Amino acid sequence: MAEDHKEIDPITGTATTGHDWDGIQELNTPLPRWWLWTFYATIVFSIGYWVVYPTWPLLAKATQGITGWHAREAVVEDLAALHALRGPMMAKLSSASLTEIANDPKLLDFARAQGRVAFADNCAPCHGAGGGGGKGYPNLNDDDWLWGGKITEIEQTIRFGVRSTSDKGHQGNMPPFAGVLKPNEISSVADFVRSLSGLSTEPGVDLALGKKVFADNCAVCHGADAKGNKELGSANLTDKIWLYGSDKATIVDGVMKGHGGVMPTWQGRLSEPIIKALAVYVYTFGGGQK
Amino acid sequence: MTQLEELVRQSEVPDSTASPATDSDQVDDIPLYAARRKIYPQSTHGKFRTVKWIVLAVTLGIYYLLPFVRWDRGINAPSQAVLIDLPNRRFYFFFIELWPQEVYYLTGLLILAAIGLFLMNAIAGRIWCGYLCPQTVWTDLFFAIERLTEGDRREHMKRDSLAWTAETYVRKGLKHFLWLMVAWWTGGAWVLYFADAPTLVRELATGQAAFVAYLWIGILTFTTYTLAGHMREQVCLYMCPWPRIQAALTDEYALNVTYRYDRGEPRCSVKKAEQLRSAGAPAGDCVDCLQCVHVCPTGVDIRGGANLGCIQCGLCIDACDNVMTKLGRPTGLIAYDTDLNIKARSEGRKPSFKLIRGRTMLYAAIIAVAGGIMLFTLATRDNEGISVIHDRNPMYVQLSDGALRNAYTIRIVNKELKSRDFIVGVDGLPSSLVDFIGLPPRADGRQLVTVGPDQTKEVRVTVTDYSNSPPAPSTTVLFSLIDIDSGAVAQMRDHFFGPERK
Repeated sequence: MAEDHKEIDPITGTATTGHDWDGIQELNTPLPRWWLWTFYATIVFSIGYWVVYPTWPLLAKATQGITGWHAREAVVEDLAALHALRGPMMAKLSSASLTEIANDPKLLDFARAQGRVAFADNCAPCHGAGGGGGKGYPNLNDDDWLWGGKITEIEQTIRFGVRSTSDKGHQGNMPPFAGVLKPNEISSVADFVRSLSGLSTEPGVDLALGKKVFADNCAVCHGADAKGNKELGSANLTDKIWLYGSDKATIVDGVMKGHGGVMPTWQGRLSEPIIKALAVYVYTFGGGQK
Repeated sequence: MTQLEELVRQSEVPDSTASPATDSDQVDDIPLYAARRKIYPQSTHGKFRTVKWIVLAVTLGIYYLLPFVRWDRGINAPSQAVLIDLPNRRFYFFFIELWPQEVYYLTGLLILAAIGLFLMNAIAGRIWCGYLCPQTVWTDLFFAIERLTEGDRREHMKRDSLAWTAETYVRKGLKHFLWLMVAWWTGGAWVLYFADAPTLVRELATGQAAFVAYLWIGILTFTTYTLAGHMREQVCLYMCPWPRIQAALTDEYALNVTYRYDRGEPRCSVKKAEQLRSAGAPAGDCVDCLQCVHVCPTGVDIRGGANLGCIQCGLCIDACDNVMTKLGRPTGLIAYDTDLNIKARSEGRKPSFKLIRGRTMLYAAIIAVAGGIMLFTLATRDNEGISVIHDRNPMYVQLSDGALRNAYTIRIVNKELKSRDFIVGVDGLPSSLVDFIGLPPRADGRQLVTVGPDQTKEVRVTVTDYSNSPPAPSTTVLFSLIDIDSGAVAQMRDHFFGPERK
């Protein structure tokens, strides 16, 4: 030991560590014995913990402990308790019609809370965290609905999807017109479509040709007034909302290649009450139609 | 004499508690661990003992009985005066009801408690430790039980030194039983602050209370029994941070329980002191009777000077005063005093106590400011409120006719214990439609919203701008609510966003 000579501090009668900093010395007070026993007790406790709980990692899995307690099972139990707690409201959500949900403030709050979580888990990847959408993915906050914006129609879309694997899903797509129409016809129909919602057209364009091309090729789905048809999911071309963009190049590209975005069917993947909750939640974004 | 020399002088007073000094003043074999020296404090009586009994009765009385005090709040709230309602996230204190977002009052209380502790310390040392600390109060009660069952210091020590007889077992058994009863009652009172006390007592008695109640009673029983019955002064010496902080915060003007060595030294017997005095020679008043040491609950010899172990409970003052009175000498050989005064007296100056100092004034000012702010906010606290969260994605929505719409989630707070009707309005856009989801749209942007007693209500609101010119990228809008009955108003500013202008 380096500290061979330990002096006794005259004031306390306790030995010092022998260290001296400008005349200040450190006392070497012995630890209380109970502290030592407490320390031993913690060691014994830790050994008991090894025996009772899963602790030591082995090659394949950890030692299991004699009680068989497992964190994952504890989570499962907690979740079961949570589901049991929500059970009555979930059952009510299951049996209530969408109108009944809308008219029961408590059930509406519950449905929106459930819908918020389910939306973030399942819908947000395409439609955005708040349903803001993106190019090709409809904004669910606005009042423009390809397949209808009534709450029952929204529920139908969520349940069976669009061009999905379900035979009840919405069908119908916009075919590609490349090869069917000549380039100057596509160019003039694009300008004609832009003119419908008051957007500028290229100087010297033949809008009459565009109108004729539209009537011959597009009006069958988009309607003679170009206001779309929710049975076919064809877009209203006269409003200010553009799913893919309103510039001419984008429209020309769409006419040439066609459109056919897919929304999967959620029937069978989400439970009944959750599908209803999602419909209510999306409807109350603010764009839902009466 | 410098202060350091004074300290060294004090240290030279023979100290019965210190370990025996070695001749060489050097040791080579220092134990790492030391057994605890058991302390048998003797009972005493006097001024400070009486104060301590009163403080004990008042503080423990409040602690044990407060949960049973009723306070009528009507049918929509519990009628317990002090209740920490964790499941419903409410704290009730007589006429005050706090919500979780008002937990900053706790911060204020903690500031007041800390500075109050510092102020006590600057005025008269460890007032908290000696009289008010739960560790001191419960330990004092446990000492009383120990003396009741095992006798006072002398009897207790004698019995412990002999072989245990049946009586020893009975007495010790009774002591631990009573200790456990007090500890159990302490834990029981604790849980009563978290639930309706009479109901919980009934549930506990019939075994129907929640497991967590029994668990906490168990924990508090264990800690009280261990800390007050067994750990005692070890808590102050080894566990508590306050003695360390206290030593750093004190100054030479603070009153402390002080042995007036100028009067007490040199120590000599009564007879010798009389002889010395009759011969005109100086004689100290301390007769080395060790009463001050025997009554000390932490086993300190106060004559050794300021000491980490001294909780300044004043019991040594009582013990010494009793001895001095019997001897016909003036009391106050041990008293609340300062080393500066001892020095002043020995130099023939008048002792004084300086209450007004920078330190005490600063602490008092902090307490006044923090307490004042708390009182002001509490007195002017609103019973209603509105908070607004603007949708973050999307920030704004363009509708098919080109109009712009923003969506908000508003939360209306009703802190009163009755249901209230509020007119909620959104102002700031000249030509807009405000739609409270689930409620009919209103062109004037006003809507009636009812919020239940002591509740909040969340409503989704969309605001659509119909002005022909596009709005600025950001327009300020004002959400406001008015209580129909009382006219109380709450407001919150937010923004209406539109596309950046190119």
